[in-house]
Amino acid sequence: MPSRYLLRRLLLVPPTVAALLVLSFCVIHLAPGDPVVALGGEHGDAAHYAFIRARFGLDRPLPDQLVTYVTNVLRGDLGVSFVHGRPVASIIADRLPATLLLVSTALLLSSVAGVGLAALVTRLRRPSADLTLNLAALLGYATPSFWLGQLVLLALAVGTGLFPVQGMTDARRSSTGISHLVDVLHHLALPALVLAANELALTFRLVRTGLREALETDYVRTARAKGMPEQVVIRHALRNVLLPVATVIGSRAGMLFSGAVLVEVVFAWPGLGRLLLSSLLARDYPVLLGMVLLASGGVVLANVITDLVYAWLDPRVRYQ
Amino acid sequence: MRGSIHASATSSRSAALLEPAASVTRVELSRLLRSGSGRAGLLLLCGLLAGTVLASRIAPADPFASVGRALSPPTLAHPMGTDDLGRDLLAGVAHGTRTSLVVALTVTLLAAAIGIPLGAIAAWRGRLVDDALMRVTEFIQVVPRFFLAVMVIALFGPGLDRLIVLLGFTSWPVIARVARAEVLSLKEREFAEAARALGARPLRILFRVLLPNALPAVVVVASLNAATAILLEAGLSFLGLGDPDVVSLGYLANNAQGFLRVAWWMAAFPGAAIAAAVLGLNLLGDGVNDALNPRGPSGGHDGTQDIAQGGGTWQSS
Repeated sequence: MPSRYLLRRLLLVPPTVAALLVLSFCVIHLAPGDPVVALGGEHGDAAHYAFIRARFGLDRPLPDQLVTYVTNVLRGDLGVSFVHGRPVASIIADRLPATLLLVSTALLLSSVAGVGLAALVTRLRRPSADLTLNLAALLGYATPSFWLGQLVLLALAVGTGLFPVQGMTDARRSSTGISHLVDVLHHLALPALVLAANELALTFRLVRTGLREALETDYVRTARAKGMPEQVVIRHALRNVLLPVATVIGSRAGMLFSGAVLVEVVFAWPGLGRLLLSSLLARDYPVLLGMVLLASGGVVLANVITDLVYAWLDPRVRYQ
Repeated sequence: MRGSIHASATSSRSAALLEPAASVTRVELSRLLRSGSGRAGLLLLCGLLAGTVLASRIAPADPFASVGRALSPPTLAHPMGTDDLGRDLLAGVAHGTRTSLVVALTVTLLAAAIGIPLGAIAAWRGRLVDDALMRVTEFIQVVPRFFLAVMVIALFGPGLDRLIVLLGFTSWPVIARVARAEVLSLKEREFAEAARALGARPLRILFRVLLPNALPAVVVVASLNAATAILLEAGLSFLGLGDPDVVSLGYLANNAQGFLRVAWWMAAFPGAAIAAAVLGLNLLGDGVNDALNPRGPSGGHDGTQDIAQGGGTWQSS
């Protein structure tokens, strides 16, 4: 099954990851300020500086340091947080599930609702519904996620009290089992919806445009001439339309991830966004670097998954 | 450049060759003005532009100066209210919009200055050069801009200049891909062949004949790119990574976060300005796209295929 196309894409992953590592290494070393001064204080004596340099391997030549850095990262050793005194990998691992929950819910919501709404609007053929949804999509795509979050908070959480304002669980009572799940879902609803809004608008637009073009093709005309029900026609057309849409959704992983950071700050969701913010304030470089690497790895991984999904959806890719 | 052509006969004839480019652009401009989204986008952007140019006239207050009672709701004196330090919000939004538009413009110009030549040369030279340039493009495309910006600003300190450079140097790939796709298809067309037959030098064909015709399609992605730049800058300042010496809409929104329960106006207006600017740029992109492809409702040059290639409508990361 692995076609040459897929193989070529997969072969590009290691050099991409390597280049990302070198890039991040360069960013750290190009930055102004000597880490030795930061660690040893501004008025330390030369012997103390030399001790720190030797202690952290900063006296070794840069290529050596690069090799050490890359091997450490590849082994999952991202260093130790300046602030927490714990390995960066474990700090990030603590926060990752909350962010993944938020991102995957938003992705699911936006994909299902975006495709569904576009198919519905095409099926209805009512210009007013079409126009309304198109305008909503335009607005939804232009709205910054943190602003939408603030508006939703103002209207739904603060205004009506129907939804919790922040956090992932209710702090006033601890729950287990089903009630814990309900509690988390209740807290998840608003941030996931807000994060999904941009992607939902984009997915809707792409599928809507694709369907409109597909419905003018010969195979659709043939299907209709044979008396195929409109629902089935749209299902056939969707199969073709969804291919490029899957690519676009996959290529937006970075955007979704950074959107999640902002939404997490608005809703005080205990994921990576909050960690990013606190690490920024404390200038906790190892944690920041770990997150940049994680985001880069996530984007590369999302691209690979997209390629696999594409090959799975489209038999033409497989037999190339 | 045009005068440097050797024989005068060739010169006038190759000048005529440039005609299609010029007339195509004129037709497209009038189509753009007739398309609904194009008109709406231009209107929105012109409104914002006028607001920012006249910022000191509309809101004479210094956006950083305390001019009234703190947390005052919108009044005649302060149409958008004041913030927690009694600073006029209208002044903040007007100056912040200026920052957003400056970022959008400079980032896009930088990205275009890198992306257009790279894409054009990749398509023009083909083979190894194309392969190498496209691998670099793919690499830059997977670099997570937002997180890289966070890292760089955390290490180098905040500043609008480095933010613009960083966003510019990481957002050219989409422009390069579209420029490449356009040049690839244009270089096989008759007028390119005619220019070759007339003995025009390759670089002249590329830069004077092909690129002007590729430009409208590039404008589409460039306007979407500008919209993304506004969102990225706003997001970064929302995290407190903006330039502390310049008012930014993201900074105002960040400030509003602490007063959501007491001062809705602090959250409402800065965000609306961001949304308006992004909407205007997206609509403009749609309008240019409509003008380029009068048949299709929207969608890229070759419909969905173009989107799959990463150059189509609304794709940005």
